[in-house]
Amino acid sequence: MTGDRKTRNKRGIKPARGKTTEKAFIGLCLAAVVLPLVLLVILIADVVIDSAGRLSLDFLLSYPSRKAEEAGILPGLVGSVYLIVLTAIMALPVGVGAAVYLEEYGRKGWLANLIELNISNLAGVPSIIYGLLGLEVFVRTIGFGRSILAGACTMALLILPIVIMASREALRTVPNSLREGAYALGATHWQVTRQVVLPMAFPGILTGSILAISRAIGEAAPLIVVGALAYIAFLPDSIDSPFTVLPIQIFNWVSRPQEEFLKNAAAGSVVLLLTLLILNSVAIYLRSRLQKRRTW
Amino acid sequence: MQTNPTGKCSKKPGKATPIRERVIEFSLLGSGFLSVFTTAAILAVLIYETAGFFSEVSLADFFADTQWTPLFTDKHFGIWPLVMGTLLTSAIAIAVALPLGLLAAIYLSEFAPERLRKVIKPALEVLAGVPTIIYGYFALVFLTPLLQKIIPGLAGFNALSPGIVMGIMIIPMISSLSEDALQAVPTSVKEGAWALGASRLSTVFRVTVPTALSGIAASVILAISRAIGETMIVAIAAGQQPRFTADFRVPIETMTAYIVQISLGDTPTGTIEYNTIFVVGASLFTMTFVMNMLSQRLARKFRGKYEV
Repeated sequence: MTGDRKTRNKRGIKPARGKTTEKAFIGLCLAAVVLPLVLLVILIADVVIDSAGRLSLDFLLSYPSRKAEEAGILPGLVGSVYLIVLTAIMALPVGVGAAVYLEEYGRKGWLANLIELNISNLAGVPSIIYGLLGLEVFVRTIGFGRSILAGACTMALLILPIVIMASREALRTVPNSLREGAYALGATHWQVTRQVVLPMAFPGILTGSILAISRAIGEAAPLIVVGALAYIAFLPDSIDSPFTVLPIQIFNWVSRPQEEFLKNAAAGSVVLLLTLLILNSVAIYLRSRLQKRRTW
Repeated sequence: MQTNPTGKCSKKPGKATPIRERVIEFSLLGSGFLSVFTTAAILAVLIYETAGFFSEVSLADFFADTQWTPLFTDKHFGIWPLVMGTLLTSAIAIAVALPLGLLAAIYLSEFAPERLRKVIKPALEVLAGVPTIIYGYFALVFLTPLLQKIIPGLAGFNALSPGIVMGIMIIPMISSLSEDALQAVPTSVKEGAWALGASRLSTVFRVTVPTALSGIAASVILAISRAIGETMIVAIAAGQQPRFTADFRVPIETMTAYIVQISLGDTPTGTIEYNTIFVVGASLFTMTFVMNMLSQRLARKFRGKYEV
């Protein structure tokens, strides 16, 4: 980090001059960095090339079909939008609330420790396990059935640890002096949190939330377990409706033996990648814009 | 709020807390508690369904058999073929991700110019952001045909191709967490080595990496756990044939892929065949839970030593 470099210069201690082995090692390191990035480029190029000729407005606006050329992703797209909106409505307030509790309220208590331990554990639970949880609790016990609502509840639990961790990170960057200043003016705990801390942390929370939602958009495994359908020829009309999402539609096409459907899978993948690219760019743009407005 | 007699600014409000403040604090605590409920619910679901399963299938059949054929007329419930498939793909993934991720971490932390570092780090993170379904497509449609030209006898579904792709996916996990660990090694420790005349390279290998070792190990274990739980890549490209083998050229099935297979199939719910997904899920959860715990313990040990 920068601190490293500064101290090194100040004290004037430097490592012995590098030999050829050092140069060779740096070359090896560079190769290790470049190789995965090259593979990423190949991956993107591969899906884009494979999707050639299939990606069109018709593809976005058609229903799946037994004929690969006529099939489209409309139910998947609409299903994904419904699901993500519902997931965000459920996960974001709760996630930010939990983060505020951990950072601003119960910092050192045993309750906070228990919650913290749980969050770090949940972050490491495989996504398919959340699918099993959703199947048993939301689909069967509560009785939502194999609906968008059950899927969104499952997804909300899945991204909750990500939202909480990102929001905590953002809350931690708010300087303590600002809180102390507000307290000195007689503000209550919640007033300080609501009017000083949260607005300051907002850009960070927003970016973290968008990243968490990106994760949910690309996720297929838990929804397959919860019971999203692979083939669907209608649009969901309510939160109780059966549904599919874009990644599951892609999975369905990949698993078919006919080559023609692989083209559809590639075209669907391009749509998915573009959506994520746009979302992430928006996140980066918003963060830099909102941060510029800060004056302290 | 009154001033604090000690002069320190306390964060706690005074005694006369309005009801409103109490209610808010309580609901925030409730939000936090949802994570505790989630953990409890996962455990309850897995334990309940697993208990139901073992009332019909004996533990010996589960742990001592090497065949997994719950859907056949001749039913066998030996978990080992699925565990083997999972370990095989994960081992291949780590064989790819460990050297590349570690070298990348060393480069970023010790050698890379600041400007380059700022570009490479987020670029590597993109690898973890690509949806796994697209990695699966890439493994099946691009990498497997390519590998088939090099490796004779490689089947269309195999452990090798999804393993490699999974390895690429978890590189950023190892590189970014290991870089954090390397960065946390105090400069004074490195300067000690430099003052003794060590070159940058020998400082890295004899001082910095060994010092950060528990942090690096934590990142690797976390990456293994991620590979074990990864689903779509293996569901697409590794096949659906539970097989007790270490041969990476033939179709196998992982624990996660099995859960997907049953979820998509027409197995009636409530049957013992269907309930196997919870038992497999419980085994998967146990494996990842142990690894995550180990990783956290190592990370804490490391942080305790060097965090300034």
